[in-house]
Amino acid sequence: MPKYVIVGACAAGIGAVEAIREVDPAGEIVVISEEQCSYYSRPMISDFVSGKADLEKMKTRDDQFWQKNAVKALTGKKAARLNTAEHTVVLEDGTPVSYEKLLLATGGRPFVPKMEGQDKEGVYTFTNIADAERLAEKIGTEGAKSAVVIGAGLIGISVTEALTKRGVKVTLVELQDKILSLLLDPTASEIVEAVVRKAGVNVVPGQSVQKILGKPDNDAVVGSVVLTKGDQVPCDMVIVAIGVIPRIELAAGTDVKTNRGIVVDNCMQTNVPDVYASGDVAETYDFILNQNRSLPLWPLAVLEGKVAGYNMAGKKTDYTGGTNMSSLKYFGIPIVSIGLANPKPDPALEIMLSQDEEKGVYKKLVLKDNVIVGMTFLGDIERAGILFYLMKNKVNVKKFKDVLLKDDFGLAALPLSVRREMNLEK
Amino acid sequence: MKRIIAKQEHCIGCGLCEVYCLTQHSKSKDIVKAYNREKPRPISRVRLEVSKPISFAIQCRHCEDAPCAAACLTGAMHKDEKTGLVTHDPEKCMGCWTCVMVCPYGAIKIDKEGHVVAKCDQCADLDTPACVANCPNGALECVEVKH
Ligand SMILES: Cc1cc2nc3c(=O)[nH]c(=O)nc-3n(C[C@H](O)[C@H](O)[C@H](O)COP(=O)(O)OP(=O)(O)OC[C@H]3O[C@@H](n4cnc5c(N)ncnc54)[C@H](O)[C@@H]3O)c2cc1C
Ligand code: SF4
Ligand code: SF4
Repeated sequence: MPKYVIVGACAAGIGAVEAIREVDPAGEIVVISEEQCSYYSRPMISDFVSGKADLEKMKTRDDQFWQKNAVKALTGKKAARLNTAEHTVVLEDGTPVSYEKLLLATGGRPFVPKMEGQDKEGVYTFTNIADAERLAEKIGTEGAKSAVVIGAGLIGISVTEALTKRGVKVTLVELQDKILSLLLDPTASEIVEAVVRKAGVNVVPGQSVQKILGKPDNDAVVGSVVLTKGDQVPCDMVIVAIGVIPRIELAAGTDVKTNRGIVVDNCMQTNVPDVYASGDVAETYDFILNQNRSLPLWPLAVLEGKVAGYNMAGKKTDYTGGTNMSSLKYFGIPIVSIGLANPKPDPALEIMLSQDEEKGVYKKLVLKDNVIVGMTFLGDIERAGILFYLMKNKVNVKKFKDVLLKDDFGLAALPLSVRREMNLEK
Repeated sequence: MKRIIAKQEHCIGCGLCEVYCLTQHSKSKDIVKAYNREKPRPISRVRLEVSKPISFAIQCRHCEDAPCAAACLTGAMHKDEKTGLVTHDPEKCMGCWTCVMVCPYGAIKIDKEGHVVAKCDQCADLDTPACVANCPNGALECVEVKH
């Protein structure tokens, strides 16, 4: 019986393989992956559509990765069922795969709300290389000139940029009043929105798509959408980028506990012995909110996969937690936004701001009891990592607060005690 | 592996380390050309940190548990277990700035023109990194550390 079985082999699954091999060079690892090549950079699918990257560039590991790590990779295979009592995963073709330790790293699937006309040709989701290939192929055809992107979050903005680069006219529809509302406050969002509009994108906030209509001469093909307020927007493509939901279907119907995602402890173990979960499918610790929740982000998926791998291989390791943390490159505006960057009004929070409209720079820190709990850096992000360090390590910044948002803020401005902690000083 | 150590008490904040780093990482390896003519503009990977009266030069620490490599969305940033160095492959880099977000030392530079990042590689082609070799005050030192 294989010692370790891992279902899903992208960020979290790969992280787990590497961690297991650090601890246990020999124990048999079986990976079950629906995608033929699973170790590509999912965030890079927009570069694939814009033509900047091909699959080769997107690979995060080399082609000998399975071999080098002595992994038996069942690629192009889908795990269909889980039987925790028998310690077995059953593949779609009926083959049983037994495990001693199991990791569910199945990620998320795109959320597509019920909309009239959603089955028409020309409606796409945008979460994997197959989606990107279909979309890129469509853009290459005659009569693919305009698109409606539903959802102005990270994924929606990334596909909007790719389409714009390919000369497609995009209408970006967002239910919230502001774009990127999970990451940015209204000020930062407006700065980005202005740039996105300048690039030729028609941004429509505060609305959604009611239904998708066909072309006058062919009802089976996307021709336009009808927005909440009744406006009709002609388009050749619709890309649904509202968000991802954890792919918990293997756990469903078993005794593995789930909420929105799979419930895990700080070792990434579920309530069922020998069953672990990591990455977008799991609900993991947010060190700012001090609770577990779904945080679908690449760096966190890798770390969580590593923690699972270590623990599966017997090296007890605790996850130190992550939080909502993203960097963005789209439309030429570098952005870093972390934690409570856009909190509801709360007298316990202190907000520090600095803005230079000419330089296109906006910086914001959110403090609670003199500890950074949220930040947005826009336009000038090179020193953002220093502040993230202070945030992650809950450093009390009371004595040097005033320097944090200065243009020339850097390591030398930190107090000696912090520089010592960072090994910059004996 | 080697680590470059900054000796604050010797640093006079002249910034020559940045000049020599930029030149070393230019195509021409010529100061004047590197500063005036080269496109894309070469980038210094060492940074003079100043907060008077303190100054010291800092570059990538090649962290043992490199957060940048763990976070990298593409595998461009990589911890080489054999040499201990953290390497960056601009061909793989997608310029997503995730590594910039998580580097505690703010040691990663953004190459806006190239849409990639740049950081210290300890001058792979040289015996002694350019910043260390050219600091007039001996404020940078290369020491051997275990990894
Ligand atoms: C367009 C886009 C842009 C993004 N940009 C960023 C960004 O800038 N920064 C960031 O931090 N994050 C970003 N993300 C999110 C990031 O890609 C995810 O957080 C990350 O991929 C999660 O990794 P994972 O391993 O948990 O799951 P996934 O990457 O979703 O991998 C899961 C794998 O499991 C396979 N699988 C699922 N079920 C089964 C089954 N039953 N049997 C076999 N195989 C199965 C899937 O096919 C897939 O290969 C982006 C995502 C997208 C789509
Ligand atoms: S770039 Fe930053 S995080 Fe990465 S190894 Fe260097 S100092 Fe450490
Ligand atoms: S900017 Fe480049 S090196 Fe840094 S995380 Fe993104 S892809 Fe990796």
